[in-house]
Amino acid sequence: MNRRPTFLMTALCFGFAFLYVPILSMMVYSFNGSRLATVWGGFSVKWYVSLLSNEKVIDALILSLKIAFISASVATILGTMAGIALVRFGKFRGRTLFSGLVTAPLIMPEVITGISLLIFFILMGHLIGWPSSRGFTTITLAHITFSMVFVTTIVSARMQQADRAIEEAAIDLGSRPWQVLFDITLPVISPAIWSGWLLAFTISLDDVVITTFTTGPGSTTLPLLIWSKVKLGVTPDINALATLMVVTVGAGVIAAGIIMNRAEKRRLQDERLAFRSNG
Amino acid sequence: MQNRRLQRWFDSKGWIAVLIGTPYLWLVALFLLPFLIVLAISVATNTPTAPPFSFGGEYPWVNWGAYARIASDDLYLRAFLTSILNAFMAMIFCLLIGYPMALGLTRVPKGWRNILLMLVILPFWTSFLLRVYAWMGLMGKNSWFNGILTDLWNVLVPAAWALKSIPMMYSNFAVIVVIVYCYLPFMILPLYASLERLDTTLNEAAMDLGSRPFQVFWTITLPQSIPGIVAGGMLVFIPAAGELVIPTLVGDAAQPMIGKIIQDEFAQARDWPMAAAVAVALLVLMVIPTMIYTRYQARAEGAK
Repeated sequence: MNRRPTFLMTALCFGFAFLYVPILSMMVYSFNGSRLATVWGGFSVKWYVSLLSNEKVIDALILSLKIAFISASVATILGTMAGIALVRFGKFRGRTLFSGLVTAPLIMPEVITGISLLIFFILMGHLIGWPSSRGFTTITLAHITFSMVFVTTIVSARMQQADRAIEEAAIDLGSRPWQVLFDITLPVISPAIWSGWLLAFTISLDDVVITTFTTGPGSTTLPLLIWSKVKLGVTPDINALATLMVVTVGAGVIAAGIIMNRAEKRRLQDERLAFRSNG
Repeated sequence: MQNRRLQRWFDSKGWIAVLIGTPYLWLVALFLLPFLIVLAISVATNTPTAPPFSFGGEYPWVNWGAYARIASDDLYLRAFLTSILNAFMAMIFCLLIGYPMALGLTRVPKGWRNILLMLVILPFWTSFLLRVYAWMGLMGKNSWFNGILTDLWNVLVPAAWALKSIPMMYSNFAVIVVIVYCYLPFMILPLYASLERLDTTLNEAAMDLGSRPFQVFWTITLPQSIPGIVAGGMLVFIPAAGELVIPTLVGDAAQPMIGKIIQDEFAQARDWPMAAAVAVALLVLMVIPTMIYTRYQARAEGAK
């Protein structure tokens, strides 16, 4: 039994090195004084200074955050509705098509989703004059469409575990269906809804392919700005931008993890207390 | 009166209709309809109008020309082959790296396990584009990483083959490395999920009866983790085959993958029917493995 864990632990170490060395290398080189991105020329923070005074970057970041916030919020509402519908309403007419529609965007290659939305928007523009040009609205609509199904996946997984008895009890006691939804179902699945929102937000903030297809003149999101720069090669200011983003996201994810861990521990403790006072 | 009837409708069927109908309509309008349009355009004729296609000509108004070109022009065949090959190799390497990691994760003490799992997922939350970019920095000609590999190469091979730097960038090798890097969490997580559920008493019984560790792995652990392997494999293969960002940034421009072909047909050649037909062909290429996968899973469920 001893030999295998040694091999597995070595594999783990190498695996994590593979995952983290490229990111760490990028972070180290963001403090590189040299103009050449891959040759070390002494410690410097000048790329951070030039980055934070670059208005294009700031504008792109604000646009990205706006789109991500709106699309994640709408996607969470729609995705939660779909998740509840799939798990609670059993067999309804058109269910097969519906469950196909919420899984297809998950496996659909992004290029195809992007190009079909672009063709759709162009034809709509020709036929009914809307959207007259592509930009903020079309990007947001596209992001809602492909991120809502991720919310549905998370919510329906949580719904399957949720205890139906409480909902049935509430109905027996005379609650209206929508009261059950808002007073019982939604609070019970709220952790799943929050993680769904977070996932939708990150997906939107990160998307390149679908955004390149649905964007228009003047609407440059942060990934599009990075994309246009990175296509030309490695530049030191992108290293700095990457470091800032990795540190921010990393801190956010770790903080969220700690908060959720604490909440889970508190819940377990409460349950134990409740159990003891009952017994 | 009106109000009460509305309320009664809302209490009985209405809210169900609202809950199902809203996301349903959204997906039909912005996912199904656009895709059906693409499907229709793939059999249209390319014309120099705006939008650049028409269903003109005689009955049955269908032009299979685009599909015929996919089957005959080796530009498309080679692109499909490159995509499948790159995605398949990436899937295999993800499995080779991810399996020992997932198995290792199940053997780590409980307290450490959640931290390490979070470390597996953490890169997934950071920007995809920047993860690709990080490898552009590593694989470039003057980087420290390329330098180490070059020194290693020059020590190992005869002097005649010595290199100044290893030409890693702009090749299928680079594409595979970066796909493995970006999609590794998608392989590890389903593998971990299926390995974690395994009952270790079977392993102990086999060990007590004198099996070697590798025998135990080969005859007990591996067969039981096949659903995880299939799930992880599909999660890597499907998006990898349609990948656009990675081959554009680190791939060989002379050997484009299928995503790039779709984009070029659409934007550069302005041949919508061709772009649509290639997209549909890519989808068929994706749907077949997915169908095999779901059938596999259904059979595995039935066996339980």
